[in-house]
Amino acid sequence: MTSAHESGLQSFVLLRLGERRFALPASQVAELVAPSRIFRFPHKSVALEGVILRRGRMIAVCDVAEQLTGKRLDTRRFNLLATRKYGHQLDWIAIPVSGECELITVDMVPAGANDSSYVEGWLSHGGEVIEVLRLSALTPGPAETTLPAPLHEFAEARS
Amino acid sequence: MNFPSGAKSHQPRTEQIILFRISGQTFAISSSSVQEVRSVDNIEGMARDLPESHLRKVRHSIRRGDRTLYIVNAAIHFGLQPQSASLVFFLRRTRTALLIDGIEKMTTMTHLQALSLAFQGEERNWYRGLTALDQAVIPVVHPEGFLSLEELTLLESAQFSADARLAAKENPGAYAQ
Repeated sequence: MTSAHESGLQSFVLLRLGERRFALPASQVAELVAPSRIFRFPHKSVALEGVILRRGRMIAVCDVAEQLTGKRLDTRRFNLLATRKYGHQLDWIAIPVSGECELITVDMVPAGANDSSYVEGWLSHGGEVIEVLRLSALTPGPAETTLPAPLHEFAEARS
Repeated sequence: MNFPSGAKSHQPRTEQIILFRISGQTFAISSSSVQEVRSVDNIEGMARDLPESHLRKVRHSIRRGDRTLYIVNAAIHFGLQPQSASLVFFLRRTRTALLIDGIEKMTTMTHLQALSLAFQGEERNWYRGLTALDQAVIPVVHPEGFLSLEELTLLESAQFSADARLAAKENPGAYAQ
């Protein structure tokens, strides 16, 4: 018997956006939660809708459906809370999805040179070929060269 | 029972903030950043026009001691629909006098979360971060975020022109030669 690690198998979370399914590496997925109030405030990051409050953490909401399927989601059943890593920093993002998610363990075929920058690779499951998403390319974030200093729990101490 | 002598109590760090309103949106600012709050009616006579200002959000300046402060319409700054402002915050250690609609309350925040790295626009200069109060998320503004260095340079130039025009009007002979 061989473990998933030895055989090169990886775990992925399958998510549904309208009619299509996509995958994210399970290591980047933190939680699947019911949609909650989106708090909106002025900003210039057009891809973001606002933030949700989850266990005291404020998480930016980014609807990637239009970018991936050409259509905004009609119904939002859950928010998939995922993490993106920038240097040593872990940044959370909430992605609205339209259906249940599924955890699978399969082999991933790495993306080729002709694939979009947001495609990490491909996997085959249930007769479908599914794109594995690269969140850092799909959702807004800093270029590697513009990373700020590590965040502090309390951004500014008063003297 | 005795606690080890090295043990310290970890009290959460707190900060006094003022919640204020601009076009129906609530913001927070550290109370230590606000030097003075005045009503708009109160400063109307002291404000000077800046006809050559290229910034839509700044149309007036005001003299405070030996400094010129620029009156920033906060609604336009944030891209909100301007309403009639009723108060002005004079912000400490800045050249900004901020027009706002009203104050909601003073309160204390115990946690300030830096903006998610997903936010990559001007808001990174506008806000110190976000805080959660009574199950609502409030952006905490950066007092220095209302006027950039470039904007201040433009405003100083507009102020210089306005001052020169005023001086010429008051003393036409000085410029006749």
